[in-house]
Amino acid sequence: MSEIKVLKERPQPEKKIGRHIITVKVQHNFGVLARITGLFAGRGYNIESLTVGRTHEPNIARITIVVDGDERVIEQIIKQLRKLIETLRVRDITEIPHIERELALIKIHTENDRTRDEIMRLVSIFRAKVVDVSTDTYTVEITGDEDKIEAFISLIKPFGIREMARTGTLAMVRESAASKMSLGERFD
Amino acid sequence: MKKKRGADIVVDVLIHEGVDTIFGLPGGAIMEVYDALFDAPFRNVLTRHEQAACHMADGYARATGKVGVVIATSGPGATNLVTGLATAYMDSIPLVAITGQVPRHYIGTDAFQEADVIGITRPITKHNFLVTDIKDLPLILRQAFYIARTGRPGPVLVDIPKDITQQVAEYKIPTDEEVKESLPGYNPHIEGNPIQIKKAAELIRKATRPVLYVGGGAILSDAAEEIYKLAHLTQIPVTTTNMGKGAFPETDPLALHMLGMHGTYYANMAVYHSDLLIAVGARFDDRVTGKISEFAPEAKIIHIDIDPASISKTITVDVPIVGDVKNVLQKLIKELEKNPIEWIAARESWLKQIQEWKEKHPLNYRKSDKIIKPQYVIEEIYNITNGDAIISAGVGQHQMWAAMFYKYSYPRQFLNSGGLGTMGFGFPAAVGAKIGRPDKTVFAIEGDGSFIMNVQDLATAVQYRVPVKIAIINNGFLGMVRQWQQFFYDSRYASVCLSVQPDFVKLAESFGAVGLRATKPSEVREVLAKAMEINDRPVLMDFVVDREENVLPMVPAGKSYREMILTPKQKGEAETMYLVG
Repeated sequence: MSEIKVLKERPQPEKKIGRHIITVKVQHNFGVLARITGLFAGRGYNIESLTVGRTHEPNIARITIVVDGDERVIEQIIKQLRKLIETLRVRDITEIPHIERELALIKIHTENDRTRDEIMRLVSIFRAKVVDVSTDTYTVEITGDEDKIEAFISLIKPFGIREMARTGTLAMVRESAASKMSLGERFD
Repeated sequence: MKKKRGADIVVDVLIHEGVDTIFGLPGGAIMEVYDALFDAPFRNVLTRHEQAACHMADGYARATGKVGVVIATSGPGATNLVTGLATAYMDSIPLVAITGQVPRHYIGTDAFQEADVIGITRPITKHNFLVTDIKDLPLILRQAFYIARTGRPGPVLVDIPKDITQQVAEYKIPTDEEVKESLPGYNPHIEGNPIQIKKAAELIRKATRPVLYVGGGAILSDAAEEIYKLAHLTQIPVTTTNMGKGAFPETDPLALHMLGMHGTYYANMAVYHSDLLIAVGARFDDRVTGKISEFAPEAKIIHIDIDPASISKTITVDVPIVGDVKNVLQKLIKELEKNPIEWIAARESWLKQIQEWKEKHPLNYRKSDKIIKPQYVIEEIYNITNGDAIISAGVGQHQMWAAMFYKYSYPRQFLNSGGLGTMGFGFPAAVGAKIGRPDKTVFAIEGDGSFIMNVQDLATAVQYRVPVKIAIINNGFLGMVRQWQQFFYDSRYASVCLSVQPDFVKLAESFGAVGLRATKPSEVREVLAKAMEINDRPVLMDFVVDREENVLPMVPAGKSYREMILTPKQKGEAETMYLVG
């Protein structure tokens, strides 16, 4: 069989690019956040947002990462995160029913009474809150998922945004959905 | 509870871990530890440069399978370890590096010899620790050894502020159980999934053109015996990566030798035409695969690796098996033995095809009786050592010739910087290997460019009477770069000519080593024979070789195996590029 014919190229799997939400439980040690952000920077992964905070368990922090990428990149990110000595659990919850929340503080320029009224209407429709007032600004606090916050920002933009701070997305699996799963899946 | 200085706790843990040799160089922030080491019951090798110390610890670890230990001071001492740590990290070598740090109250003030060593070494270590409380010191040191040697091994760094090494505290050495329990996020996966192992066995039974592709993981996992058994049971030919050399005897008829950029014609042909590739402790590095979309286009792939992140990283595999290579192979062999087929008959035509490829293009070079061919030197080193020496190579052309023309037959026999490609690695690693394996002849095969990067540590080898044999393949060039310039940059030899060199013979003599030189092919054997007789100090052999010899075959970077360059260029003749397959 001296003439073996083979394909010219390996069949390539299809690339599905999408937004993924990854939650990471870590030991809250010195430098653990630097380890995670360093991993993303060093391997060229793009983070859309990353939030970190304490949990009810002592010395355990929870990190929520929103990242764009194709499936192979996401799989690599998860594996690389799991490889870190201080990570306890890594989950991609994109496909599992979950709650997403983000908080934004937005300082909006208020020209006159008419704009103040219009802004107040939007604040009420979006169930946001005015948390500080000055002669020519409102500072608004809004929580919701990313889409809601983006929608609010696009409507408020014409009035003039002076300053804005966003927390990035926090996420948690819905217990109502989780309870339908097998125990094995819940405690993976 | 005993009460001791932090520095003495360090020594106690090293004793507890069974350390018999450490490599390093003292300085201000690590002085307390060196004071404690003064009375330590193990060998303490003072090097001339921290980078060499790190490579020595690495060579020691590669040759013995034990954890290598390197010690350095803060700031420049620690930053000098960086290349050595990155080298060990890329090749998964177990090391523990202990560095001094400025006292805690100085941290962050840009104090004398302060550097953020944890920040600097984070991406090039498996893990690192800054000790902030003496209470944690014994546990952190034990965790460092545990993390370094288990799972996918790697270097771990422990940074200890000077005031902690001076502080006196009560302590006890934590038990193995306590160490494991203290690392809840670290659970290396040892056992392969039985369903996946069954699937793999099924693919092996069905395959008509299978190839075993074996990497460094097989050596780290001590699985040479299992590889041999699997290959012979199922009659599957074996190709090894640069890092996998020695995991399967290269003198075996089933051996295809190395694959990839400087792989043999027959290994690359076999992989290219295979219908099943069994990757064992290998990671589909770009130097192995070439153009990934054209790598083994029709092969189903089974991938056995302890690191899940290595699987489907660059190439999507069909049957991933996460686990320790040795453990998984034992189960796979059992599974195959349960339901054997007529293996010899099944492989007959495939092995015949491979034999044809082997005969068509064996590893070869143009011989000469006027000028020393570098490949000839390697062959003669093979002959005079009966194929039994440990070979430690630098990085460059000589490394590839050492990989191609010495036939390796046992694991931990070929040491080189495969992943990072660190020039200057070969000689210090050879010193570490010889200290760890005094029973073996150890050769450092070095280039003139590579060797000079750690030449200072000839002093260390002389001081401790480490009888390594250093063979310099001296072509007066940064040869591999020159070769690429010849092939891909129209022979524009930019910054590769090492036109000023020391007289290597006199250089060796000035350090108290023996220096020898061969400039004609007829002198090669004589020089080697003389070198073999010297066993009380290092001996350096300067082989002045053909300056423009090339490493062939070669698959140019990013190209497919079909574009392998096979034959050396003759004067006035164009390079022949074979389009195969």
